[in-house]
Amino acid sequence: MTILAEMRNIKKSFGDVIANRDVSFELRAGEIHALLGENGAGKSTLMNMLSGIYQPDSGSILIHEKPVTIRSPKEAIKLGIGMIHQHYKLVEKFTALENILMGQESSFFLRKKELIQKVEKLARNYHIAADLNKSIYTMSIGEKQSVDILKVLYQGAKILIMDEPTAVLTPQEIQSLFQVMRNMAAEGCGIVIITHKLNEVMEISDRVTVLQKGSTVKTLITAETNQKELTDLMVGKATDLQIERPKTQLGKVVLKVEHLEAINKDKAKVLKDISFELREGEVLGVAGVAGSGQKELCEALAGLYPVSGGQITFHGESLIGKSPAEIINAGMTMSFVPEDRLGMGLVGSMDMIDNYLLKAHHKQKGLFLKRKPLEKVCENMIKALDIQTPDVHYPISKLSGGNIQKVLIGREIETEPQVLITAYAVRGLDVGSAHTIYELINEQKQKGVAILFIGEDLDVIMELCDRIMVLYDGEVKGIVNGETAVKEEIGLLMGGGKLYA
Amino acid sequence: MNAFLHAAIIAGIPLLLATLGETITEKAGHLNLGVEGMMLLGAVAGFATGLYTGSPVLAILAAILAGAGGALIYGILTISMRANQVVSGLALTIFGTGFSSYMGSGLIGQKLSEQMTDFFRPVAIPLLSGIPLIGDMLFRQDVFVYFSYLLCILIGIYLFKTNMGLNLQAIGENPSAADASGIPITRYKYIHVLLGGALCGLGGAYLSVVQVPQWQENITSGRGWIAIALVIFCKWNPWKSFFGAILFGGLSIVGFRLQQFNISQHILDMLPYLVTILVLAIGRENKKNSAPEAMSLPYFREER
Repeated sequence: MTILAEMRNIKKSFGDVIANRDVSFELRAGEIHALLGENGAGKSTLMNMLSGIYQPDSGSILIHEKPVTIRSPKEAIKLGIGMIHQHYKLVEKFTALENILMGQESSFFLRKKELIQKVEKLARNYHIAADLNKSIYTMSIGEKQSVDILKVLYQGAKILIMDEPTAVLTPQEIQSLFQVMRNMAAEGCGIVIITHKLNEVMEISDRVTVLQKGSTVKTLITAETNQKELTDLMVGKATDLQIERPKTQLGKVVLKVEHLEAINKDKAKVLKDISFELREGEVLGVAGVAGSGQKELCEALAGLYPVSGGQITFHGESLIGKSPAEIINAGMTMSFVPEDRLGMGLVGSMDMIDNYLLKAHHKQKGLFLKRKPLEKVCENMIKALDIQTPDVHYPISKLSGGNIQKVLIGREIETEPQVLITAYAVRGLDVGSAHTIYELINEQKQKGVAILFIGEDLDVIMELCDRIMVLYDGEVKGIVNGETAVKEEIGLLMGGGKLYA
Repeated sequence: MNAFLHAAIIAGIPLLLATLGETITEKAGHLNLGVEGMMLLGAVAGFATGLYTGSPVLAILAAILAGAGGALIYGILTISMRANQVVSGLALTIFGTGFSSYMGSGLIGQKLSEQMTDFFRPVAIPLLSGIPLIGDMLFRQDVFVYFSYLLCILIGIYLFKTNMGLNLQAIGENPSAADASGIPITRYKYIHVLLGGALCGLGGAYLSVVQVPQWQENITSGRGWIAIALVIFCKWNPWKSFFGAILFGGLSIVGFRLQQFNISQHILDMLPYLVTILVLAIGRENKKNSAPEAMSLPYFREER
């Protein structure tokens, strides 16, 4: 088989941080090659060097067995390398066609009418469905991805790099994406898929290269390996993949939401008639594609988002119209993790103690802050949660993602809440750290805390949660039992109850 | 009425040229608040060159170069050094105002040669100028005006109908997407920021060389700021900016026509600015014709 691309002993560092220590990688024509690794293993960095965004410090890149230097995305395109980034490289205001044509044509005038046929033919070849005259900003995430793929193919890419392409898709959309990837491989393209989802590696890839802490561990043939072996290689030690779902005695209803409605700035309904109950000792999962109302629901519960109708009761007492402080005092804690982990929960430049103080200062008496007693609390937290930090005075932003997450959840738990709301608690965390978080959640559950778990990985939600509520477009599409739930069913609900295939 | 419309065009031309210039600058993702400064640079360079050489072509060339020169300062600061665009633009306006006052101090009261004024004498275009109402208004003007019409049409075609125009808009909307598509961002930005400056310089020169035609200190008297508002008013559309410029040109001279009604001159002077504020306050944006999304944001490729 022809080797399309080869990267030998690549090294790349950003300041003091070494992203790639010594990575070697090889891509053949007609294969789908998974690049697997925990966060910070250097997967994206490696591929960004292939697509001309970064320059390697040392090491060599060979395309069609010829050594090359790729100085810019433009040069990468010339070499037939295209990358589908996590954030699609599309102009929202343009139509699909304009996005595909921009930067590509050398004629003076736009020749949309002629070129649309060329693009349509390309789309048919690979069975990609796309309305070329539709503007990007009116498209669903899945449609946008199709346009981005089509764009890269139109540029003549033979080497396709996809950076976590499934993260924001529904299960049905993932299946059609995989079909497109198989079609491309059949046409002789080489495809790299960056992921940390093992089931996807097993399903789609022909070979898999595992990275760990910036170095290549091994390249395996997917058919000859299994999820357990891959995890062990990825983490560097034997791990238990199972997420537990301990049985607990369900207690009283703590939080009751009835017909909750909310509208956003543009007067569009973002929450429509949401009703559910949350009992002591239960984990209620919330599934849904990004932007289905999860954020608004969380913020409404925490008193941060104006509610236009309905009722939220906590132990029989209405929370509507109460300030966040009053809600916290009632015993409801929310740990919300936005995309940038340090955005809403913690202050990056502060140390653990000061971050802890942010939520505790109003309980202290006197004019000045007392930090001394909190040192003890924080040190206990470090021990209990196994947080990797030099000491309690170390700025939070310099910790790794998993440890920041532990600090955030640890602080919330320390206030002994009756309801814990976590949104994307494991976003961007690697397998090991994610499992620590799951254990923490289960521990709280066994203590009788009612937990609302908003997640994005459907497999995790199905393993961890007692019940699963599916949101679509601000509406509850259904609440199913976690033990008996079927993935396809949930996927269907996530897509608004429509059948795709 | 005919005379008023005719004058509205003349008053609108500096606005039109500056608006066109700022439109393509903003399409490249750069908010250049130095329009007023670049207009003044063009005005003083055009007038001085016209005065000393007596050549209208050289005067126009000098104005283009002066405007582009001002834009070059801004471009180096904001494109290469990624400085704050708002501050850089304001600095350019202050610089342009000061520089033109300094250079123009010896020009006050001087008159352009007959050769110059002859060149910019109104010329009626056969047939077209015979159309009732608009014939006189649009087609009995000087060459500078006709040249501006042409520029307005060409820039619209360039933006909306050519590949380079598409690439330019991609840069202003999403530079990292443009970069990934292989569009040479820095080159595009420099070209269009400089072109934008050149057009502003031209707009200033029309004032000092044709419209007035004399040198006055601060001859633009805020027209640059109106042009910046006009870009928004006309939704970044060169063709619409033609109508916007005439409307605001008309507003700026309506005072002369209303003198008989005994309205304070100061109130009338406020009119264009009041309308500008109103337009900015009331104007709604929708997604399709809103500001370029990456405007005033510097672009770094290796940003993590």
